[in-house]
Parts: sequence; structure tokens; C-alpha cells
Amino acid sequence: MDTALRALEYWLLSYKRTWRGTIVSSFLVPFLYLAAMGFGLGSFINAGAGRAALGGQTYLQFIAPGLLAATAMQTAAFESSYPVMGSWKWIKTYYAMLATPLRVSDVLIGHLLFVAFRVLMTSMVYLVVITVFGAVSSPWGVLAIVAGLLTGLSVATPTFALAVRSERDTVFSMYFRFAILPMFLFSGAFFPVSQLPVVVQPIAYATPLWHGVHLARMFTEGTLSPGWIAVNVGYLCLWIAAGTWWAARAFRRRLVT
Amino acid sequence: MGALIEARGLTKRFDSFVAVAGIDVDVFRGEVFGFLGPNGAGKSSTMRMIGCVSPVSSGTLRVLGMDPAVDGPRIRARLGVCPQENWLDEELTVRENLLIYGRYFGLPRRTLADRAAELLAFVQLTDKADAQVADLSGGMKRRLTIARALVNEPEIMLLDEPTTGLDPQARHLVWDRLIQLRQEGVTLVLTTHYMDEAEQLCDRLVVMDGGTIVAEGSPLDLIRAHATREVVELRFVAGRQQALAAEVADLADRVEVLPDRVLLYTQDGDAAANAVHQRGLSPPGILVRRSSLEDVFLRLTGRTLVD
Ligand SMILES: Nc1ncnc2c1ncn2[C@@H]1O[C@H](COP(=O)(O)OP(=O)(O)OP(=O)(O)O)[C@@H](O)[C@H]1O
Ligand SMILES: [Mg+2]
Repeated sequence: MDTALRALEYWLLSYKRTWRGTIVSSFLVPFLYLAAMGFGLGSFINAGAGRAALGGQTYLQFIAPGLLAATAMQTAAFESSYPVMGSWKWIKTYYAMLATPLRVSDVLIGHLLFVAFRVLMTSMVYLVVITVFGAVSSPWGVLAIVAGLLTGLSVATPTFALAVRSERDTVFSMYFRFAILPMFLFSGAFFPVSQLPVVVQPIAYATPLWHGVHLARMFTEGTLSPGWIAVNVGYLCLWIAAGTWWAARAFRRRLVT
Repeated sequence: MGALIEARGLTKRFDSFVAVAGIDVDVFRGEVFGFLGPNGAGKSSTMRMIGCVSPVSSGTLRVLGMDPAVDGPRIRARLGVCPQENWLDEELTVRENLLIYGRYFGLPRRTLADRAAELLAFVQLTDKADAQVADLSGGMKRRLTIARALVNEPEIMLLDEPTTGLDPQARHLVWDRLIQLRQEGVTLVLTTHYMDEAEQLCDRLVVMDGGTIVAEGSPLDLIRAHATREVVELRFVAGRQQALAAEVADLADRVEVLPDRVLLYTQDGDAAANAVHQRGLSPPGILVRRSSLEDVFLRLTGRTLVD
């Protein structure tokens, strides 16, 4: 584990060069989303029939945890795509690491830990912003960060595998368009999945994001159900375990030749 | 004292393609050992196996007395690797590249700060310490890669084509540093396709071609065994080489015909050159020189080694 932390240190060092430039935007983006959708769009929905469909809460309260989880997913997907491919294909950081005592598993875990760190940061910023907007009605809301982290890792791990297996970065434009964006839009972050046609609902329920959104929403609303927590956490952990296994296999195939 | 690196029947296969075809190599402490060969000879594949990043397909390999398949991380902790591509992080500074690499070895930050300063002085990059690597010249990047490989005070240094692509001045600077390292007792293993580099630096070398070793020994041994003392190079008008080679064949121990010149291998170059003139052949260009590893390579593989 100590050796994986050495790999993490590299990612923190290179992040140190850029994080100041991103700090403003990392607060601004959630602010804009919540202002536009929570208040703007919300004023239509709250006044109409929508409010009943949302179980009596305001639209702002509904989408705030959804946005947190969906953004955790986006951050994870982005941090696991180009940077991972670059590390074996362009900059070759992984190869430099592997010439030292670090092992393939250290290189993988170190980089995953960095993505986890980035997801945690993003989720924390979101939590602060939605709390300021008054969209968190329970102290359990703090745990929405955990929901964000699990969601992020469930997407990061298979994305790592994809980024190491694929020969070219063109795969990412397809991946973002046909996997990440539809998941972002249709996994219950912006409207309940029950509003979707019945035939596609199972797909939405099978996405890791739906479970992440559901989990985050229970925490911010304070409507905890132990059964649902077990299902959501268990399902996300399943994705993380399978994704990690797949990524480890892909790393070994690519880096050990 | 056993060998630091000991390979027997060392083989590397990529699917069905054989990149290294069962080579035997011993490298002893304190020597400079070279792998000399053209593109695709299998030099990097061999170096990567010795560097414990590429699994051995068959044969045995011991590095520092250990098996790379079992003790890879422990061996790598005592190696310094200068890969064919530099693998530097261009966005970090020169110093940061050294520091983070040292951290991969688990070295404490305070130790590293001092060592980075020493190493930057050693490769003459002190005034570039805070520059981004992207702004360095090719020669500077190569020196930084060498400094980086030294950060863990390695017992064996693996240098894959340390001077390829560098201008003559940059090459000499690298050579100076390598000679100094050798004097400090570091065992150096390097690959090159430059004859003069092998002659300058290597105590012992193997000539590789097509994944096999075609000759081994000290540069002088190899020249003695496979070439004559001197060589006369005759440059003729293209197309006339074959005919003229026949006319001068008796003047030399051996004659080699290349696309642009004819080489006469002889113990006495001046005498042979005079004889060529006396026969009235008067080629447009004539040069007498000492024979080199280039000639050894030509003899062994039937090809020249120039890029
Ligand atoms: N990962 C790989 N997969 C398939 N073939 C490979 C791989 N690495 C090397 N080869 C092949 O093995 C042969 C030897 O390559 P290697 O890189 O060891 O040669 P080299 O002597 O270092 O050449 P150069 O002077 O060009 O660096 C080449 O034909 C190369 O194409
Ligand atoms: Mg090579």
C-alpha cells in the first residue's frame, strides 16, 4: 500500500500545478446548475403538477443530490480517460514508474486513489453549494459525499480498463456521447426514472449512477432506508470490484510485455 | 565473485516472433558492458528483461543474484534505468522530475533535496533546475534522464542508446559523465549503434544481430579477431566498384565492396595505397585508416551499421 501511495504522490504533484486555476470554476459550475435548474426550471415545476411527482419536495431539493452524484460520475469518467491513456501512450508516466520498485498494481491503485481524491473534492464542493442553497434537509446529508465517491469509483474503474485497452483516444468521444451523457441525463438525477417509458426503465435502474443518485438523495432528504442503502452501496461496490478486476487485467496486458 | 548479470539461453518472444534468441551474457561488477547492434537487433528487448519490466520468455536470468520473476521490485530498487525514450514529465520542472522519481524508491524528501542538487550539478543542469522539461534541448533531457536514473544510487545502470540523436558536443558531455560513473564503481550496461561509442566506453561488448550474439570481447579483441590492422577506403565512380575490386584484390588480405566504396583490409595501409596508385587506378578518393568496430560488424553481418 505504501508503494501505491508513492504513485499517488506523482498525481498530487502534477495536480498542484493546476488546481488553483480550477478552484473558481469548481464552485461556479454547481452554482450555475443549481441557479438555472433549481430556481429557474424549478419555479415551473413547483407551481405545476411536478411537485406531487417529486413527493412534495421542491425541484431544487430533488436535483441537488442528483447533480452531486452525476457530477461525481463525470469527474471520474474524465479523470480516468485521457489522463490514463496519456500515461501509457503519450507521456508514458506508467513506464517510468515501472522501472522503479513500483509494481503494476501500485501504478493502478495509485492513480485510482488520485481519481478518488478528485471525486471527493468535487463532491465536497457540491455539498457546500447545495447546503448554501438550502437543498439539504438532514445532517445525514454529509454522507452524500460517500455516495459521490462510490459513484465515481464505479465509473472510474471500468473507464481505466477502457483507457488502457483502447489503442486510440477516439474511443472516448463515443464513450462520453453514448455512455456517460445518456447516463447523466436519464439516471434519475433530473427527473424520476418512473417518468421514462416502461421498457427502458430497467436500463436506467441498472446504471451505477441511478444507485448513486438514489443513495445521495436518501442522505440529503434524511429518508434513510437500511434496505435501500444496502442495495445501493452493494451494487456500487460490485461495479467497483468488477471494474478494478478488469482494469488490473488490462494494465497487466498493456504494461507487461 | 559471481556475475552481477547472468543470462543463459535468454529468450524473448512476442507471440511467434523471436526478438531475442537464446543469448548468454555475463556482466561483472565495475565493468562497462555494451550491446552493439542495428535497429531491431533485440537490444532494448534484452535491456527490458534485465531491467525486470519484461518477463523472460525462456532461459534463465539472474540480476544481482536474484530472479526477476520473483524479486523484480527488489532488483529494480538497485538499478538505474535510462530508457531509450526518456519518459520525463514535460510539464513538471527539472527538479520535480528528480524528486518524484526518488519518491518512487521511497527515499525521504530531505535526502532527495540534497541528492537532486548534487545530481543536477553532476549533469550540469543546475541553472535549469526550475525550468519546465518541455523547454529543454534533447541533450539536456537526456542528461536529466541520466541524473534521474542515479537518484537511488544504483549498483547497475542500464542505458539504452544514451546518446542517440545528440549532437557531438552533447554526446561528449554524456560520455564524460559515464566515464566518471565508471570510475566511481558503477557497473554500466549500455546499448548503442555507434561504433565509436562502443570503442570509447566499453570494456567488453557483444555484437547483436537478429536476436543473437554474433561476436563478443573487448573492442580491441574484436578488431584483432575480425579485421586487419588498417583499412584502405577507395572511392570510385559508382558502378565501377566490382571491376576495380578484382584489380586490387591481391593487394589486401580481404576486399569488401560497398555501394559507394571498396575497402581493402591489410596490415599496412600506406603500402597498399601506394600500390593502387602505381597501377594507375587513381580513384577519386582514397583514405587510409585504422580498422574499427564498423569493420568488425561488416565482416560479421555483411552489412554496414550506419543509420
Ligand atoms: N512489444 C513488442 N511487441 C512485438 N514486437 C516487439 C515488441 N518490442 C519489440 N518488438 C520487436 O522485436 C524486435 C527487436 O526490438 P528491440 O526494440 O529489442 O530492438 P533494438 O535492438 O532495441 O532496436 P533499436 O535500435 O531500433 O532500438 C523488433 O523487430 C521489434 O519490432
Ligand atoms: Mg532499442
